[in-house]
Amino acid sequence: MTVAIIDCGGSNLRSVSMAIKRLDMDYIVTDDVSLINSSEFVILPGVGSAQNVMQTLKSKNLIEIIKSLKQPVLGICIGMHILFEFSEEGNSQCLGIIKGKITRFNNKNLKIPQMGWNKVLFLEDELKNLDNYYYFANSFYSQIYQCTKATSNYGLPIASVVQKDNFMGCQFHPEKSANAGIKFLKYFFSKR
Amino acid sequence: MITKRIIPCLDVRDGMVVKGIQFKNHKIVGSIVSLANKYSDEGADELVFYDIGASTIGSTLKKEWVSKIADVINIPFCVAGGIKSVDDARDILNLGADKVSINTPALQDPSLISALSKEFGSQCVVIGMDVKTIDEKSYLFAKTGSEKTSHQTNIIASDWIKKVQNLGAGEVVINSMNKDGMKNGYDIELLQDLSNVCKIPMIASGGAGSTKDFVDVFTNTNVDGALAASIFHNNEYSINQVKTSLKGNKINVRI
Repeated sequence: MTVAIIDCGGSNLRSVSMAIKRLDMDYIVTDDVSLINSSEFVILPGVGSAQNVMQTLKSKNLIEIIKSLKQPVLGICIGMHILFEFSEEGNSQCLGIIKGKITRFNNKNLKIPQMGWNKVLFLEDELKNLDNYYYFANSFYSQIYQCTKATSNYGLPIASVVQKDNFMGCQFHPEKSANAGIKFLKYFFSKR
Repeated sequence: MITKRIIPCLDVRDGMVVKGIQFKNHKIVGSIVSLANKYSDEGADELVFYDIGASTIGSTLKKEWVSKIADVINIPFCVAGGIKSVDDARDILNLGADKVSINTPALQDPSLISALSKEFGSQCVVIGMDVKTIDEKSYLFAKTGSEKTSHQTNIIASDWIKKVQNLGAGEVVINSMNKDGMKNGYDIELLQDLSNVCKIPMIASGGAGSTKDFVDVFTNTNVDGALAASIFHNNEYSINQVKTSLKGNKINVRI
């Protein structure tokens, strides 16, 4: 099974690639439209900032391609953020696949970024066999919308997994979340 | 809420893991990849690799070992030592590191912090601070990788924290030079003092000698993680023992 990891300029391409390699799956890091379209799974591995990732996708003419994908797509961290309509990070217009916006943490008692392992509570039965601790590194977050499939708490409830149709997003980094992350990726790859 | 992090630190010189006492007399403790694997398997929340030779001799960090680590472990890791530019940092991050830590180069050119933060996001940018308290004032030291080059600056630690967080740093690691390698506890007073001004994650470093020292630092200060080297390298305590003890003291950890 082939996984297309979209090259959108982030710095975690290698870590995501290695995580997928450990699951014995074929992967390719690419911005080639035909390779993305013909892959069985697509990963948006964004790291950096929403505006940089959106600019990169725009300059590579990938915006409409991504929106029209029918296979399972997983957005990681910024890759999840850009699934929404808008991110306060750089006031960026995003893909608009999922309704809602990404907000900056705005609590003076909280340290920003959120950095480290936080507990994830899965809301649906089919996800409840997954482990509970994952690695987060983020200054911006999604509030709880209808598309939220798992929540975490960082001073307030935040969405840690979201899903709409074939598009899934996770705020945490499964590629850096030890065995919990492996199980989460296996779950994603079991959805076809 | 987010858990407190336990972070083994591996000082690297000439491709091997070494450990000194108060930044001197380094001895080899093992190979990088085998120790990284071991700690990852034992439940470390993160790893720090400190290339202590790199910044003092002005060399570019030798990079192959970074990708070797990224290929075997699936927890976050930070690389420090000899990173002087955005290009240096990009190389390290592209090899699979999650964060870079800069120390002396940030002191020499603070604008490097904002450049890194803008390019990679603040979550990638860690500022290492070697701090020594002299006559009740806490000063930053530079080039501490070797006793020949190590020297005091006139910068006060709390002032530096305020500055780096405004420039976009995502985390600070406070190495207490008074406590490093002494194994008689973290520098609680220094960490309390610096916590008052710190709005980004802060990691305690220097002085861990027993599980009680970890309990003390998380009970008495607001730090987000505790870094340690010799206590783990010498197999005195496992990471799991430390975390079990923390959990028993109602400190939120990932077990």
